[in-house]
Amino acid sequence: MRTGFALALTACLSLAALTGCGGSDASGTTTLTVFAAASLTEAFTEIGDRFEAEHDGVTVEFNFAASSDLAAQITEGAPADVFASADQGNMDKVVDAGAAADPQTFALNQLVIAVPEGNPDGVTGLADLARLDFAACAPEVPCGAAAQTAAEGTDLTPVTYEADVKSTLQKLTLGEVDAALVYRTDALAAQDEVDAVEFPESAAAVNAYPITALADAPEPDLAAAFTEYVLGDDARTVLETAGFQRP
Amino acid sequence: MPAKRTRQRRRVPAALLAPAVVGLAFLILPLAGLLARAPWTELPARLTEPAMLDALRLSLATATTATALSLLFGVPIAWLLARGDFPGRSVLRALVTVPLVLPPVVGGVALLLVFGRSGIVGSWLHERFDVTIPFSTTAVVLAMTFVSMPFLIVSVEGALRGADLRFEEAAATLGAGRWTVFTHVTLPMIAPGVLAGAVLCWARALGEFGATITFAGNFPGRTQTMPLAVYLALQSDLEAAIVLSLILLAVSVVVLASLRERWTAVA
Amino acid sequence: MSTSPHRTTTPGLDAHLVVDRGSFRLDLRLTAAPGETVALLGPNGAGKTTALRALAGLEALSDGHIALDGVVLDRPRGGRRVPPEHRRIGVVFQDYLLFPHLNAIDNIAFGPRRRGLGRAEARDLAAQWLDRVGLGDFGKRRPGQLSGGQAQRVALARALAAEPSLLLLDEPLAALDARTRLDTRVELHRHLAGLAGPAVLVTHDPVDALMLADRLVVVEDGRAVQEGDGESVTARPRTDYIARLVGLNLYRGTASGRTVRLASGEALTTAEALEGDSFAAFPPSAVALFRTEPDGSPRNTWRAVVTGVHRHGDHLRVQLDGPIRAAADVTPAAAAQLGLEPGQEVWAAVKAAEIRAYPA
Repeated sequence: MRTGFALALTACLSLAALTGCGGSDASGTTTLTVFAAASLTEAFTEIGDRFEAEHDGVTVEFNFAASSDLAAQITEGAPADVFASADQGNMDKVVDAGAAADPQTFALNQLVIAVPEGNPDGVTGLADLARLDFAACAPEVPCGAAAQTAAEGTDLTPVTYEADVKSTLQKLTLGEVDAALVYRTDALAAQDEVDAVEFPESAAAVNAYPITALADAPEPDLAAAFTEYVLGDDARTVLETAGFQRP
Repeated sequence: MPAKRTRQRRRVPAALLAPAVVGLAFLILPLAGLLARAPWTELPARLTEPAMLDALRLSLATATTATALSLLFGVPIAWLLARGDFPGRSVLRALVTVPLVLPPVVGGVALLLVFGRSGIVGSWLHERFDVTIPFSTTAVVLAMTFVSMPFLIVSVEGALRGADLRFEEAAATLGAGRWTVFTHVTLPMIAPGVLAGAVLCWARALGEFGATITFAGNFPGRTQTMPLAVYLALQSDLEAAIVLSLILLAVSVVVLASLRERWTAVA
Repeated sequence: MSTSPHRTTTPGLDAHLVVDRGSFRLDLRLTAAPGETVALLGPNGAGKTTALRALAGLEALSDGHIALDGVVLDRPRGGRRVPPEHRRIGVVFQDYLLFPHLNAIDNIAFGPRRRGLGRAEARDLAAQWLDRVGLGDFGKRRPGQLSGGQAQRVALARALAAEPSLLLLDEPLAALDARTRLDTRVELHRHLAGLAGPAVLVTHDPVDALMLADRLVVVEDGRAVQEGDGESVTARPRTDYIARLVGLNLYRGTASGRTVRLASGEALTTAEALEGDSFAAFPPSAVALFRTEPDGSPRNTWRAVVTGVHRHGDHLRVQLDGPIRAAADVTPAAAAQLGLEPGQEVWAAVKAAEIRAYPA
């Protein structure tokens, strides 16, 4: 497990720079460490603030990264309390490794067709992509897997399979493609520059976001409380504002 | 030369040896880590995967083309920087090395802003010739050339500055014009520097990731080079990513070693 | 090239080399007839190499001109400057500068190739030249695999194979050890003697100059200070530099009959009678040393202090200070007998017949 140690150490060091590695510190505040998918950055930062406001002496620290990276860090022993993944697959890895049990879905995310503001090409559905240059995520990452499912049965081929949803959207905002298959949350975050066109096929490829308290959480009680909070109504409002849907 | 070989082996001073060993360990251990973690039984299957072969072939072809382009344009640039006598030469030298400090992803965005569909040059190409560079193999080569050519320029410029101008004068007295002097005297004499630069350039191009994925995107067989394939494999399957990395490493080491062998045999 | 302003009627080399470089100024008139070898002899930094580079076109003239066989190659005032590659001036450089990436044959063939010969023809010609300098079996060797003497000969062959109208040699023997130097010098002389065109040789070694050149031009501080054949220059040096080189004590003064009065007030009695500004010179071997004042025939005697004693060949050279500074050569036996050591006072004497006087 030498590699595991190294990974854990890396994760710990990167957090230590911000928080000090561990739970309680001398001044009596308790730190909760949440590993969350990058697509949750805006929503979870807001939720963290609200959670802190309701819990005196608690600081929530986030480690936002690709779900696959987070899953690897957790299985290699990084000290985290909560894991919120952008897909079921990476959550399964953590559960299979025995690092967590009982994940619960707290949000759904669906693909939309992002087009330049004003929709100059008049895109109304998936079929329109056949005549356009469009970008999608690579099948190896969750948004790409979703796109593949949604486009099943068609012979649509993007001009590029991007490594993540942000760079997929970036190809559109830079004007290199006419459309991009991205999550509704991402399209919403960039609403100054892009419009989102909903399409029915995306219902077949809804992305579920599971959350769980981790088995080796340094702050198990707080971890459970945070998980509960994310599943609650207060957090849902925040998530919906960001473009997520109720499970 | 025989004189060199028969020279007695000298003892390396400890003050040099100690940091050298530490440094080597630092450079080699990560490689050892990859080797230790590699699923060797998967290797044969991976080696015959058509997608992997496509990526490898594309990587070798584009890196080699980028190196050729860098030689074609970089050697004259190096000559200008080393021998040219014009104002702003030091500014130009600094500008040439910009791709070395620029994060490659930023380099990719910069390339898009110039050669992209709505870029300065790209829009003109698009309207005039209906040529689109992004997401094409050409884009891969451009991205690689952009980030790797400075390595060649810096290396060749150093060689040119170290070259003894008197040999060029001797050639002139024998009736050689400037171009002949360059091709028949200067270039052969700085060949080791050019080769070192080309090797650096090729290696950098082969490992190029950031500018490529930003500017050329990722499309199997067309723009998906080995580093892109490795990165995407990393998203879902660490072991597969390690195998791909090792294949890339092995191929580059073999190519560089055989190149060196051939070159030292000639010289 | 045939337009009249760029032609002169002088055959061979006719040059007036002026090169201004801040504190240093070269101003040298130089001619060399076809078949003649002229040596530029002078101390380091005198401007010899600058002169050579200017002739070859590697250094720009500030003024003056260079004409070769009636064609003006360089004249700043006329705005004319033929680049080195079109001058047909061959150079043998001090450290030869053989191209390290080419073997001996290809080094020699380099010039003929540039003159338009095909590869095979040029190599044939190069092989002939290699034979001529006695290195027929060394064609495949790279410069790094040649000895100093061999490299020198390849450099000579390379310069000559390009059929230059003027051959320049920069300290051609300076990099060689004593033994090789002797052989190479003899061979170089043979080649120079066989040249149809003029040659200019730069050296700081009087022996090279005397053996290889038909005429010597002594250069000091950018100017020619003496010119003539070897005999006249060595017999009648006009500067301390030459006097030291050829091993003579040299003085300048005012002659009146057989007496030359020096600036210090001392007088030397000489063999020849002369009037006016003149030089007086004698070899160190003409100086005899005594512990007490010698008596006898009319000779030049003076009290001197020994400032140094050095080995010099099979005798000792004694440096003397006093009213007349001079070097004296004595045998080791005589030195032991006199007990010579720095600081000691001696009497020095030179026979009048040994002192040569000539007009300044």
